[in-house]
Amino acid sequence: MRHGKYPFIIGFLVVPLALYLVFVVGAYLQMFQLSFTDWSGFGGYHYIGFDNFGKLWDDPVFWIALRHNVYILIAMPIVTIAIALFFAFLLNVGGKSKGGVTQGVWGSKVYRIIFFFPQLLALAIVAVIFGRVFGSDRSGMLNGLFPDSWSPWLFLADERWALVCIAVVLIWQQIGFYVVLFSAGMGSISQDIYEAAALDGATKVTLFFRITLPLLWDTLQVAWVYLGIAAFDLFALVNIMSVNKGGPNNATQVLSYQIYLNAFQNSQAGYASAIGVVLFFLTLTFAALTLRVTRRDAVA
Amino acid sequence: MTNLVTTPPAVTARPAAAVDKGRKANPLNGLAHIALFVWALATAGPLIWVLLASFKSNTEIFLGKPFALPEHFSFKTYTDAWSEAHIGQYFINSVIVVAISTAGTMLLGSMAAYVLARYRFPGNRAIYYLFVSGLAFPTFMALAPIFGIVKSLGLLNTFTGLILVYIAYSLSFTVFFLTAFFRTLPHEIDEAALVDGAGHLRRFFQIMMPMAKSGLISITIFNIVGQWNQYLLPVVIMQGSGSDSNWVLTQGIANISVSAGYHAEWSTLFAALTLSILPMIVVYAIFQRQIQAGLTAGAVK
Repeated sequence: MRHGKYPFIIGFLVVPLALYLVFVVGAYLQMFQLSFTDWSGFGGYHYIGFDNFGKLWDDPVFWIALRHNVYILIAMPIVTIAIALFFAFLLNVGGKSKGGVTQGVWGSKVYRIIFFFPQLLALAIVAVIFGRVFGSDRSGMLNGLFPDSWSPWLFLADERWALVCIAVVLIWQQIGFYVVLFSAGMGSISQDIYEAAALDGATKVTLFFRITLPLLWDTLQVAWVYLGIAAFDLFALVNIMSVNKGGPNNATQVLSYQIYLNAFQNSQAGYASAIGVVLFFLTLTFAALTLRVTRRDAVA
Repeated sequence: MTNLVTTPPAVTARPAAAVDKGRKANPLNGLAHIALFVWALATAGPLIWVLLASFKSNTEIFLGKPFALPEHFSFKTYTDAWSEAHIGQYFINSVIVVAISTAGTMLLGSMAAYVLARYRFPGNRAIYYLFVSGLAFPTFMALAPIFGIVKSLGLLNTFTGLILVYIAYSLSFTVFFLTAFFRTLPHEIDEAALVDGAGHLRRFFQIMMPMAKSGLISITIFNIVGQWNQYLLPVVIMQGSGSDSNWVLTQGIANISVSAGYHAEWSTLFAALTLSILPMIVVYAIFQRQIQAGLTAGAVK
């Protein structure tokens, strides 16, 4: 052991750790404390016991928001992964065999570059763009494309479709990333396996379900977790795209937006913290479930 | 890897042809091309539309025909967006904040990760898991306390506040990723330097950092993109009256979209959007491979 090991270790750790403790750990701990108060966001506060949680239980908007989060949490990853897998498969092994080697389709590099690009754009900017794409008069891109005889679609202003529109935007932005991710995974699968299977007369569909999918399983799990995180945080999309603050009629209300609204618009920072606490336990459950499922797979 | 050109895209688009078993690859290939092309169009379409609309007058925008060429090209909307709508200001703010905070994240993150990966000391595991546990929770969970902490430090509406918060919330992933990376580096060179009498600091900056270059580049790109695109934290930290001169690009654009609705200045909004997308396209064109590698690196780990 060299001299001066501990001063070095401490010197290297103290600043990052201090920042992390103040802004991240500190914020989470305070969230628990504040959830038992009536803090408005400014000035002092009183402890009010479990009142915030009681209010939460009776708050219909909270339940609507939670339900929307669950819908998107289930539907969005499934749709994204399915479409991304489809495109990745087409890019990698959809081409024809030449000299025994299965080629990617023509132009697959260009496609990969185009598909990936939206991932680089800020979700806030994507939200602004699609706010106009879904414009509810002829100035909106989609309504502009529809025939003149149609009456304009309302999209985000339509209670039934607003949430779907928001999910579609997220899927639009995310797919390219997973196409690239899955392509990389498929690229690392040995060609010999495909050739052997092709010799045995396997069709492309069989190849996909019997070889590609099982060998990509690890990547799929990672994708699921990442998409889950993205599907949970819809703040930018809802704040920018939604009509009437999570409307119409709370049709696009989600938890992240509820926390924001309560903390900064309704001056109920204590109540917002209580929603955060609920979220904390939901996230823990989700993480534990994910670990559980992953481990079971490893054993099986 | 070269993609050999298969049959030129003179494709018969009949789905029924897919059943044709004799020439297994070709019909499926045609369908593949159609599907891929449609999605490429769906990806690029809205962006092209934004570009076209940025040159159009309000009347033209409301005529429909979204992909018609504008009647005349003038860059007035762009100068409006840059100066009157303050896109220039927001852009510079974003550059300043992201440059400093990414540099800070990388320096502090690699320091912490290096010590955690390469030194044994009591509390090592505990500190590592403390950092990594931050990955499990969404940032928006504790919005009100973040606001309270930044406010009590007197850092509301300041770049310093935003930069410190960016760094703190980027550390989890940076430390997680780099710790794993530093662990994989060989010990021999490190030990040889130790024998030669190189101190801890020197070994870190002159031996480990250069060896970890590929990992550092990936995670730097990851942080630049993540922090450049951040919207939630600036909205929370840069709020209140007089804060708009400190806004970052994402915030500024979102705000222009609201006011464009009131004043019906859509072309300015589209010009502002184009101005914020163009740099990304340029950067992407140059660093395409590094960016794809950097952003997927996190998921592959």
